[in-house]
Amino acid sequence: MKLQEKNLKLMRRTAAVLLILILSALTAVTLTGCGEKNKNEVLVYSYGDYINPAVVKQFQKETGIKVVLDTYDTNEEMYPVIKNRAGVYDVVCPSDYMVERMRKEGLLQKINFKKVPNIKYIGKQYLKIAAENYDPTNSYSVPYQWGVAGILYNTKKIKAGSITSWNDLWNKKYKGSILMQDSVRDTMMVGLKKNGYSLNSTNKKQLQKAVNDLVAQRPLVYKYVNDSARDLLVGNSADLGVVWNGEVLYSQKLNKNLKFCVPKEGSELFIDNWVIPKNAFHKSNAEKWINFMCRPDIAYKNFEYLTYSTPNTGARKMMAAKYRNDPDLFLSDKQLENSEVLRDLGPEGDDLYSYYWKMFKSSN
Amino acid sequence: MKKLPAVPYIVWMIAGTFIPLLMIVYYGFTDRTGAFTTANILAVFQPVHMKALGLSLGLSVVSTVICLALSIPLALVLKHSTMGREGLIVFIFLLPMWMNFLLRTMAWQVILEKGGIMYHLAHMLHLPFPPIINTTGAIVLGMVYDFLPFMVLPIYNVLEKIDPNIIEAAYDLGAGESTVLRKIILPMCVPGIVSGITMVFVPSLTTFVISNILGGGKIYLIGNIIEQEFTTSANWNLGSGISLVMMVFILLSMAALMKLDKNGEGGMM
Amino acid sequence: MRKAIRGIYLIIILLFLYLPIVTLIVLSFNESKSMFAWRGFSLRWYKEMFNDTTMLSAVWNTFSIAMVSALLATVIGVLACVGILQFGKKGQAFLLGINNIPLLNADIVTGISLMLAFIAFGFYLNWGTVLLAHITFSIPYVILSVMPKLKQLGVSNYEAALDLGASPLTAFWKVVIPDIRPGIVSGFLLAFTMSVDDFVVTHFTRGAGINTISTLIYSQVKVGIRPTLFALSTIIFVVVMAVLVIANRGSSRQSSRNDFFLETPQS
Repeated sequence: MKLQEKNLKLMRRTAAVLLILILSALTAVTLTGCGEKNKNEVLVYSYGDYINPAVVKQFQKETGIKVVLDTYDTNEEMYPVIKNRAGVYDVVCPSDYMVERMRKEGLLQKINFKKVPNIKYIGKQYLKIAAENYDPTNSYSVPYQWGVAGILYNTKKIKAGSITSWNDLWNKKYKGSILMQDSVRDTMMVGLKKNGYSLNSTNKKQLQKAVNDLVAQRPLVYKYVNDSARDLLVGNSADLGVVWNGEVLYSQKLNKNLKFCVPKEGSELFIDNWVIPKNAFHKSNAEKWINFMCRPDIAYKNFEYLTYSTPNTGARKMMAAKYRNDPDLFLSDKQLENSEVLRDLGPEGDDLYSYYWKMFKSSN
Repeated sequence: MKKLPAVPYIVWMIAGTFIPLLMIVYYGFTDRTGAFTTANILAVFQPVHMKALGLSLGLSVVSTVICLALSIPLALVLKHSTMGREGLIVFIFLLPMWMNFLLRTMAWQVILEKGGIMYHLAHMLHLPFPPIINTTGAIVLGMVYDFLPFMVLPIYNVLEKIDPNIIEAAYDLGAGESTVLRKIILPMCVPGIVSGITMVFVPSLTTFVISNILGGGKIYLIGNIIEQEFTTSANWNLGSGISLVMMVFILLSMAALMKLDKNGEGGMM
Repeated sequence: MRKAIRGIYLIIILLFLYLPIVTLIVLSFNESKSMFAWRGFSLRWYKEMFNDTTMLSAVWNTFSIAMVSALLATVIGVLACVGILQFGKKGQAFLLGINNIPLLNADIVTGISLMLAFIAFGFYLNWGTVLLAHITFSIPYVILSVMPKLKQLGVSNYEAALDLGASPLTAFWKVVIPDIRPGIVSGFLLAFTMSVDDFVVTHFTRGAGINTISTLIYSQVKVGIRPTLFALSTIIFVVVMAVLVIANRGSSRQSSRNDFFLETPQS
C-alpha cells in the first residue's frame, strides 16, 4: 500500500504537468484569431472555388497584402460564423438575402466608395436590383457574380424548344430522368413559381400548394442534387434538370446537346456580393480587395475561371463576341421580367419554409 | 490525494461531455428568445418528425439484423479458417476501414448509378438493371457495408476466446453439431452480439451522411432533420430538442440491451 | 463440400468489402474528371495532388490533429485508469459508467453539443476546437483498452522492483508501463484511427476554412468529387497496407499486434 502511494505521488506530478498543458492548450485556442490584427493581410471568406487562384496571386503581388482565404459552401454555414464572431474576416461574399439579413442585424459596415473607384464598372441594372431588394442605399455591398436558375435539357432526348415552363418538370414523359435542386428555398421556388406565386411567399395556402405539387412530382424525379446536377446531365444520367445559368457554358463544352431555358413563369435571380463585416480588422485592405475584384481585367479572369455571368461591364467588353452576346449568359430584360431575388424572411419565415420543406422531404 | 491522476479525466469529462450536453438541454428547452418552452421536445410528435424517425428506426433495425445474419456465419468461418489464427483474415477484413468511409460510401454511388458499373455489368449479362440507387435499399446497403466490421469483430473476438475443450466435451457427451451451435456457441457469443448490435444500430439510427450520399435527396432520416436544423434552417433550439429526445431514446434502449449481457464481458476490447 | 461453401461465402463477403475500394483505386487513374466515364489511364491526378494546397493542408490537419489528440488522450486515459482504480467499488463503477456515455452517444449529438459549448464559451472554432473535440471522443477508447490490462497487473512486480532498489519513477517506467504497453499501444492506435476517420464531429466543430480529409470530401460530394481525392486516398490506403503487412510479418505471433486488429473498429 505504502509503495503504491509513492507511485501515486509520481502520478500526481504527471497529472499536474498535464493540467498545465491542457490549460495552456485551452488558452492557445481562445487566443488564436485575436493575435492577427497588425499584419498586412486581408482575411477573405468566400464560397469554395469562387475566385480564380491566379487572381489571388496577382493581388498579393501587386499590393503586397497577404491574402488568407477561407471558404464555405452555403450562406447558412457562413452566417453563424460571422454572427458569433467565431472567426473574424475582413471581406465576405454572401448572396442577396443574406446581405439583407446581415445588414438588418448590424453585422456589416458601410463601404467607403472613394476607395473603390472601380465600382463604375458594375452595371447599373445590378445595383438597381440590389437597391430594390437587399441594400437600399447601395452602400454595404458590391455585386461580384450573378445568375439565374433555369432548366438545362438534352436535345437528343427532348426536342429543342419544347421546354418552356416549370410545368414541363411535371411531364410524365420524363419520369426518372428529372433532376431537381436540393435546398429549401431553391426547390420551393420551383413549386411556387410554377403556380405563379412569388418565391418569397409566406402565404400558407400557397406554400401548401407548392409542397403538394413537389410531392406529386417526386416519383418522376431521378435525384435531388445541387451543383452535381450538371455532371449528371453531361454524363447522360438524366435528361433535364434545374441548374444555374453559370453552369451552362461548362456543360455545353462537355456535351453539345445540352440546351438552357429560363421558364416563362420567371425564375430565381441571385447576386453574390462583397461586403465588409462590422468587426473587420483590415477595413482598408478589404476595400483594396473589393476594388481589385471590380477591375475589368480581374473580373474577366474570374469569368474565364467560373463562367458565371459577371455584372462587370468592363469585363463583358473584353469577352469574345460569342460570350458577350450569349443569350444564356446575359439574359434579356424580357426573360428576367418575372424573375425575383430571394428576400430574407426572418426567423419565422425560415421556420415556416423549414416546416413545409420537411413535410415535402418526409413524404413517401 | 491518491485519486489525483483521475483528475484530468474527470475535468475533461465535465468540460467535454457534461457541459456540452447541458448546452443541448438548455437549447432544447428554450426558444430563440431564451424563454423556457417544451415545444422543441414535443415537436418530435409532429407527423413530419415521426415519419423520419420511423423510417430511421426501420432502416437501422433492418441493417442491424442483416449485419447480424451475415456476421455469425462469417465469424464461424473465420474461426475455422487456419488463416484467421494468424491474423491475416482479420487483417484483410479491417483494411477497408483505412479508406475514408465517405469515399467508400461514395463508391457505391458510382457502382449503383444509372450508367455506373452495375449498369454496364447487368447490360453485358443481359440482366435487368436493379434501380436500387436513391431508394431505401441503397441506404440499407450503405449501412450494412459501413458497419459490418463492427458486428463481425466483437463476435469473432468472443468466439475466439471460447475454450475448445468445452466444445469437445459437448461432442464427447453426444451432442450433435446443431445442438452445440445452439446451446453452447451462440449463448457464449451473446456479449459480442450485444456490443455488435450497439455499434451498428446507433450509428445507423443517427446517420445523415449515408442518406445524403446514397439517397439522392429522396430519403429523409432523423439525422438529416437534425443536421438541417443546425445548418440551413438555423433553428438550433429545435435541432437540440430533437437530438435530446433521440439521445435519451438511444441511452434507454442500450441500457435495456446491456441487461442481456449480464457479465459485461462484451466489447471489442 | 462444407469447406467449399465456407470458402465461397468468405469470397462473396470479401468481394462486397473490396468492390468499392477497387473502384476508387481504378478511378484515381482515370483521365476524365467524371466518375462515370473511363477516358484512359493517367497519372494526372497524382501530379495535381501535390499542387492542391487546400488538399495538402487538409492532409496536414488530419494527421496533426490525429497525432496530438491520440497522444493527449492516451496520457489522460492512462492516468485516469490509475486514478480510477483508487476509488471504491461504487466510485469505480460510476466513473467507468460515465465513460460509456460518449461511446453510446450518437456522433451527431457529440459534435453538436461540443459546438454549442465552444460557441457559448466564446471559443473561435478552428484547428484547436477540432483537437479538443477529438481528444474528448478518444479518451473513452483509451480507457477501455488500458483498464483491463492494468486490472490484471496488480502491484507485485512494481513492489519487487522497489525492493530491489529502483526509484518509484524508474519502477513505473521500467515495470508498470511495459506490462500495460499492449493496452497503451492499442489505445493510442485506436484513438489515432478514430480521429483520422472521423467526419461528423469534425463537421460541427471545425471553423471556417479548417478542413480535414473527411470534411473536404464531404464538401465535394455536393459538387462532384475531384479525382485528386481518390489519388490521395489510394496513396494512404497503400501506405497503411504496406505498414500493416510489414508489421504483421515482423511479429505475426505477437498477440499485441493481433489485439490491435481486433480493437480497431469504430468509425
